[in-house]
Amino acid sequence: MAEGAGEEKKKFSIWDLPDVPMGQLLPHLELQRSRVSCNKDAPIHTESIQYSGAYASMGINNSSRLDRFSNNFRVEVVRLNEDDMEFDMIGIDAAIANSFRRILIAELPTMAIEKVFIANNTSIIQDEVLAHRLGLVPIHVDPRLFYYLSENDQPNEKNTIVFKLHVQCKRGSPRITVKSDALKWLPNGSELVKETRNAASDSSSKPETYTYFSCSQETIPEFVKNLIIPKYPDIIIAKLGPGREIELEAHAVKGIGKTHAKWSPVATAWYRMLPEVVLLEDIEDDLAEELKSKCPVNVFDIEDLGKGEEQL
Amino acid sequence: MEHGSFTDNSAATFSLTDEDHTIANAVRFTLNQDPRVTFCGYSIPHPSEARVNIRVQTTGDPAREVLKDACQNLMLMCRHVRSTFDKAVEDFRASNAVKAMKIDSQDSSGDDSEESE
Repeated sequence: MAEGAGEEKKKFSIWDLPDVPMGQLLPHLELQRSRVSCNKDAPIHTESIQYSGAYASMGINNSSRLDRFSNNFRVEVVRLNEDDMEFDMIGIDAAIANSFRRILIAELPTMAIEKVFIANNTSIIQDEVLAHRLGLVPIHVDPRLFYYLSENDQPNEKNTIVFKLHVQCKRGSPRITVKSDALKWLPNGSELVKETRNAASDSSSKPETYTYFSCSQETIPEFVKNLIIPKYPDIIIAKLGPGREIELEAHAVKGIGKTHAKWSPVATAWYRMLPEVVLLEDIEDDLAEELKSKCPVNVFDIEDLGKGEEQL
Repeated sequence: MEHGSFTDNSAATFSLTDEDHTIANAVRFTLNQDPRVTFCGYSIPHPSEARVNIRVQTTGDPAREVLKDACQNLMLMCRHVRSTFDKAVEDFRASNAVKAMKIDSQDSSGDDSEESE
């Protein structure tokens, strides 16, 4: 302390400051550029610094070239089941990941029931409610095998799937529940006959129906072994009391989620940033065991320091 | 549709119909990565109308060329993502199949070791 009082106070001059390192970001700036930090009240640094000239004064080229992206980009699949999937994308920006998510939800085509021709509905469920529920039933078929149906097209075997539902509950029998396995696939097209204006038309010609199938869909190779059925056979469509009947024909066409959510192929899709946990101080021994057991997802792992101490 | 000055090619606003944030944000990201761009952004004039305005200002190059290059880059990026993803799924499926076989053989050898102990 005595020496401190004897020293002269150094004059502060800006020429003495260390040079800003050119060509490499300072560590706090690198942290700001590449990580989103979760503070107590809100996350900070959420907007990614995309502008190519952002660090120009330090001589760093922030523009990401395609070759650098191709080298650094990795995909790791965590989980892959028939119905769901989770994977990590490392080296991609949130803008592109969000575009993928939006496309998954809204712009992938599937098949769903669009037009319902109701011949007889004496149940308590209204026609339009029944049609709405039928539209939401997912169908187990590959939409890439079908074409889109526009207004000028005629419904044929390349763009329509026809289902039939005919259920009735006899008088005196208990209430029955109509589940989605009651939908039967008609590979030969519609069976409902269109009413034509001139009754004097040829009675020998085939009656006109609502679809114009030139060949049975069963002959298409993909459908020979796999019948087209709803994906889940136990979706409740309606309930019938005694003496009620439902007879209808449903036509399914190809569409995308933007038009109506029934055509969205995913239940939902979401993304989040990969979390990185940085421990601010070394944790050893018993505290380490306690911390590891507290985490429900087993994020922590203990490595032995070799001296009998355990470090997290 | 493009609104720009006839004399100055380097700044222009492109109005895309039937588009939304999906493509606009991705194009804005790739535009930003281009060192020739001084300013770029997108806006949606009204949410009920499917229209996006993308504004590009460059350091002298014609704005439409820069936009075209950005779209091309985006396409190449997506292509690369697709191939990497396909490969990752294949590897995952293959390693899962191997794991299933390993677990089967481990079970049978584990029984043997238990008996010997």
